[in-house]
Amino acid sequence: MFYAILRRFGQMLFVMFGISVIVFLIFFATPGADPAARIAGRNASPEVLAAVRHSFGFDQPLYVQYTRMMEKIFVTGDLTSFVNRGWKVVPAVMDSIPVTLSLVFGAAVLWVVVSIIIGVVAAATRDSWLDKLLMALGLLGISMPVYWLGEVMNLMTQSRYHESWAFSWVPPLGYKNFSDDPKGWFLTLVIPWITLAILYIGIYGRVLRAAIIESMQEDYIRTARAKGLSETRILFRHALRTSLIAFVTLFGLDFGALVGGSALLTEVVFGLHGIGKLTYDALQNLDLPMIMATVMYASMFVVIANAVVDFVYILLDPRLRAS
Amino acid sequence: MILSVRDLKVSFRTHDGPVRAIDGVSFDLEESEILGVVGESGSGKTVSLLAVMGLITDPNATIEGSIRYKGRELVGLPPRELRRLRGNEIAMIFQDPMTALTPVYTIGWQIAEQIRAHRGLSKSKAMERVEELLAEVNFPNPHEAMSRYPHQLSGGMRQRAVIAMALSCDPALLVADEPTTALDVTVQAGILDLVRKLRAKHKSAVVFITHDMGVVSELADRVMVMYAGRVVERGTRTELFSDPRHPYTRALLGSIPPLTGQKPRRLPAIPGSPPSLLRLPQGCAFGPRCPVRYEPCEAGKPGLGASAHAAACFRVAQA
Repeated sequence: MFYAILRRFGQMLFVMFGISVIVFLIFFATPGADPAARIAGRNASPEVLAAVRHSFGFDQPLYVQYTRMMEKIFVTGDLTSFVNRGWKVVPAVMDSIPVTLSLVFGAAVLWVVVSIIIGVVAAATRDSWLDKLLMALGLLGISMPVYWLGEVMNLMTQSRYHESWAFSWVPPLGYKNFSDDPKGWFLTLVIPWITLAILYIGIYGRVLRAAIIESMQEDYIRTARAKGLSETRILFRHALRTSLIAFVTLFGLDFGALVGGSALLTEVVFGLHGIGKLTYDALQNLDLPMIMATVMYASMFVVIANAVVDFVYILLDPRLRAS
Repeated sequence: MILSVRDLKVSFRTHDGPVRAIDGVSFDLEESEILGVVGESGSGKTVSLLAVMGLITDPNATIEGSIRYKGRELVGLPPRELRRLRGNEIAMIFQDPMTALTPVYTIGWQIAEQIRAHRGLSKSKAMERVEELLAEVNFPNPHEAMSRYPHQLSGGMRQRAVIAMALSCDPALLVADEPTTALDVTVQAGILDLVRKLRAKHKSAVVFITHDMGVVSELADRVMVMYAGRVVERGTRTELFSDPRHPYTRALLGSIPPLTGQKPRRLPAIPGSPPSLLRLPQGCAFGPRCPVRYEPCEAGKPGLGASAHAAACFRVAQA
């Protein structure tokens, strides 16, 4: 077991190394992508370009530049932005992490709980009006883009109906630190949580319903009925339990991606300065140190999420425990 | 009399019209008797016993007729009441032990689940009982086997676990749906031995569904042969094997290679294939494949009659 974890950790490091090299090469070694030209600005004289190149170390061999950048991210932590030279990227990423984690964790709790309820209820009342209604709502949730839904939410809760009793509790957009103001943290995040969760509730509810219905056709469900178990017990202990494997696969992928920056749209719409926003701005400015830092962070989360999913698999499915 | 089925009819609504899977099946079962139910795939042997178990959950199915268990009518019984019988007084063993157990729980857990559902024992008491049961079905190391997952056991061992599960509440009636079909021949013999031994010990009546005449001849007290949703012949094992009356039964027995004497150059097979239940032939369903058919066979469906050894065939009635 210990050896397996160690090996897994090694794999994770290897994947992250691969990603960092690829990102580095894309920005430094792609023909025509001269970082010095971007920093020096338009119409820079050859002397200025040379000076920029020298001061940023672009005249060094690639492997030296790469090693230096990694050293500055992981060892000294003093890598600075190309756009704003006083801006250290590692603290900037660290400051954004709690924002994104708060957003994604809360939304994940919401979507997991609600989609399990929806999936189970829809599967149990299969083909009834309730099932059809829930599935139609799920489809509606999937169809609404976050940037649109978020703006509609803002319109309702921040301006149009803000004065009404229903939304008067909604604080202005922005993020409050949990440690400073737990209540404010919670209240500012409620609307973003719901907005982000709606899409996933639709997807997960539908996936879970399909998985449960498929399980209900299995021979072991007939055995469970022959044992004289109640339908509720069969549904929860046998059908749902075996359906969760598909659910967890999906969750690991989505969660990793969201924490890694895919919650960008939600962050922008609600003025949350999280990882997604940071990555987006860095890409806009081709700010390589910042891109490198956010990408390393994102890949770390995706890799960790995958490892956690694999571990949960083993918990859920004894067939995977053998080796 | 433990089970008495009268004029059982099961039909399914399908896209191509209604299908009558079971068309007027009647049989009785005495205490601790083994009834062999024989027939090809699609002859309705499994469906009729699923109906007895109340396990036909398809909303497109309709069940008519009467199924009396110890005098109590099961058709139309509320699901709660049926559930109390299932697994407790009436238990079932399924065909494919590879898929009949939930993959994510241990054998012990799954057997204990059934015991606790009906007996309300504590977890540890239930587990003690599981260990006894696993020992009874010849698990070499019952205590260790309890914590095994289905995928860690061979097919034969899984089937033993399923049998232990079926026996866990001392059922008066055990329905075995081709329990040996998915297993190797050597394992089959062990399972048959086990069924016989357990019948003697638990005094359960057994309905043994199979398409294997060899199994029937080894195990059954009485035999019922089914074809296209109807019983075509019934009788004791001796009657059926020494004096088969229905042409279908004769053809089935004729297609078993003899162990002694001269071997036939070709094994006789029944010409044609079983009819689709959607398009049953006029009159006797076996008619088109029957070597001895004559005019009355197309005119009407032959009845089984009331005698103990009976065959649903006009030729037999005539003789």
